[in-house]
Amino acid sequence: MLDRLSLGARRTLCAWTFLAVPLLFYVGIRFYPAADALLMSLTDWNIVGPRRFVGLANYRRLLVDPGFWLVMGNTFQYLVLGVTVSLGLAFLVAYHLDRVRLGHGLLRALYFVPHVTTAVAMAWVWRWLYQPLPVGLFNDVLVRLGLGQQPFLRSTEQALYAVLVPAIWAGLGFQVVVFLAGLQAIPRDYYEAAEIDGAGGWRLLSHITLPLLRPTIVFLVVVSSIAFLRIFDYVYGMTSGQGGPLDSTKPLVLKIYETAFGHFQMGYGAAQTVVLFVILLAISLLQLRLLRAE
Amino acid sequence: MGTVTRWVAAVGLTLAIAGSAGAQTVEIEYWQYTFAQRVQAIEELIKRFEAANPGIKVKHTHVPYDDFRLKIAAAIPAGQGPDVVQLFYGWLHDYLRAKLLQPLPAELFDPAEIEREFFPLVQQMKVDGRYYALPTAVRSLALFWNRKLFAEAGLDPAKPPQTLDELLDAARKLTKRDAAGNLLQAGIALDMGLQDHHWLREVLIRQLGGQPYSPDGRAVAYNTPAGHRAVAWYTDLATRHKVGQFGFLTDGVTQFRSGRAGLMIDGSFRLAAFDAQAGLDYAVAELPTHEGRRSNFASYWVNGITPKATGPKREAAARFLRFITTPAAMELWLEKVGELPARRAVAERDAVRNHPKYGAFIRGLAYAHATFFVNETAQRKLFIDMVDRIVLKNQPVAESVAQAAGEEQRLLDGFFK
Repeated sequence: MLDRLSLGARRTLCAWTFLAVPLLFYVGIRFYPAADALLMSLTDWNIVGPRRFVGLANYRRLLVDPGFWLVMGNTFQYLVLGVTVSLGLAFLVAYHLDRVRLGHGLLRALYFVPHVTTAVAMAWVWRWLYQPLPVGLFNDVLVRLGLGQQPFLRSTEQALYAVLVPAIWAGLGFQVVVFLAGLQAIPRDYYEAAEIDGAGGWRLLSHITLPLLRPTIVFLVVVSSIAFLRIFDYVYGMTSGQGGPLDSTKPLVLKIYETAFGHFQMGYGAAQTVVLFVILLAISLLQLRLLRAE
Repeated sequence: MGTVTRWVAAVGLTLAIAGSAGAQTVEIEYWQYTFAQRVQAIEELIKRFEAANPGIKVKHTHVPYDDFRLKIAAAIPAGQGPDVVQLFYGWLHDYLRAKLLQPLPAELFDPAEIEREFFPLVQQMKVDGRYYALPTAVRSLALFWNRKLFAEAGLDPAKPPQTLDELLDAARKLTKRDAAGNLLQAGIALDMGLQDHHWLREVLIRQLGGQPYSPDGRAVAYNTPAGHRAVAWYTDLATRHKVGQFGFLTDGVTQFRSGRAGLMIDGSFRLAAFDAQAGLDYAVAELPTHEGRRSNFASYWVNGITPKATGPKREAAARFLRFITTPAAMELWLEKVGELPARRAVAERDAVRNHPKYGAFIRGLAYAHATFFVNETAQRKLFIDMVDRIVLKNQPVAESVAQAAGEEQRLLDGFFK
């Protein structure tokens, strides 16, 4: 039978055979559980006992659950603050690091180290840094400067920002490296031509650098948006898994974890995961549109 | 081989196989959560049990705590998993609803005998006249105090506070702050996330004249002036008297272990951690009383038999369960795990009752209450948030208690519907 196929057809068949294995694996590991979660969100199930079909009741409950909206508010705060601050800082670092020759490799590596450190380890260390006296480093410095102690993680106003700081710091390295790559991809000729025409530093930045960095920026915005929308380890590690105090640091993923594995309400938790999925999908589709608009 | 030889060999082989089939061993599975001392204790008990019961083999599996409930919930309905299973006493009704337990056979587990021998709180395991699970050990709360810090503060290191007023007084003397008012040493380690919410719920509320729940456990009963007084007494420790601070050194255990807190309310399970701390000179006393009222909070892990155990396995499972709840097993458990015997006779032996470390916990068991939790995670968080609202947001105590009571009542209603 194979002899009757053309060379092109045989190549295609060969390619599909090789693709089939990882595809099957992927469908089994990724798509099947996701589909099951979608179905689960339409049921009332506490792990033990049968699944009871309840239609859209879980979603209706989400709409009126003040805990859910509080958590969505926190998550969007993480998103907006996290993305803007980390990208702003990362660009600043990359822009200047690009001009540094001496110690360039070392500096770049130092920026990258937090990115490869486990989030849980960092969360624990930062938790101790934020402690009140006599242990906390930050409060020690504040007191020596004559300022008062700050509650940081024990304050409903400060806790979310306190948790964000190590999360941003950890993501910086990756963003710096990607920005560097993007910066180095801009041909020197453009700069030289602009300088000949008399353009100064700021105009170079706004008319050449940033526009040509657009794909890099869009990529980083999407990747870090997804990361901040899914923040969990830092919050869990720094608040003993509570998302406190008084839910002020709790992101959506922690609420999902608590609903499913603390309260054993699998259907309700699944509904929350579907909401998160829709938001993440929307952001990814936005990226595709923005890139295609080139 | 000749025909006759082959024939003899065949018959011999058949007889041998038939013979070994008659001496079949029953294998049962036991599941518990992973905790080093418990694992060791069970291994030892299994060894002794198998020696005394040659026809039974026990396969012991331990599961990390975070996955424990999940794995059991998945395995048992699928007809797999344990024959004898460990569970927290507070999960009994969830497990019953999910049909994860069968009643203990009355021949080996006579309710009248259980009620005679075990501490009264075990009676919570009886539903419709039949027992569904039994504990090997129970835990209760006591007052830990740091003798060295007591001496430094001018208090008698051999005399712990016996009433709530004395407790406050001692805590005041033990609190140390620097020139700017920052806390350096806490009088009492405060931590709602550890045992303080149990202390508040079952002890302080009762001692200040209230009740945490109605006798049938279906209604919240602490939204009363007495309940408000109890919560106010507790939060005042941090806000008014400033003898403790929430979040100091991350948690209460760290405060006490590092010698930066003079007093702490904690459970018997904490003894091992404190014993391991070099240089920590501590002692244990019964919880302070108030106006002559005593109370304590007890909790316990129990073992039950799953529906998977039928026929000979059921018999074997029942015998194993009975074995691990014998006085000898409880003595081993006390020694290895540090948890208190669930049988009164064992606990009230002089050597145990007057033990310098366990004694206070044992004496507390006599008047302890075990809360009927419908969702321990949520009910614990309710109390944590109630205190946080008062301490961080300056919400009036009565308001915060009323809010918590309303939320908790909704939880209870949802369970009992």
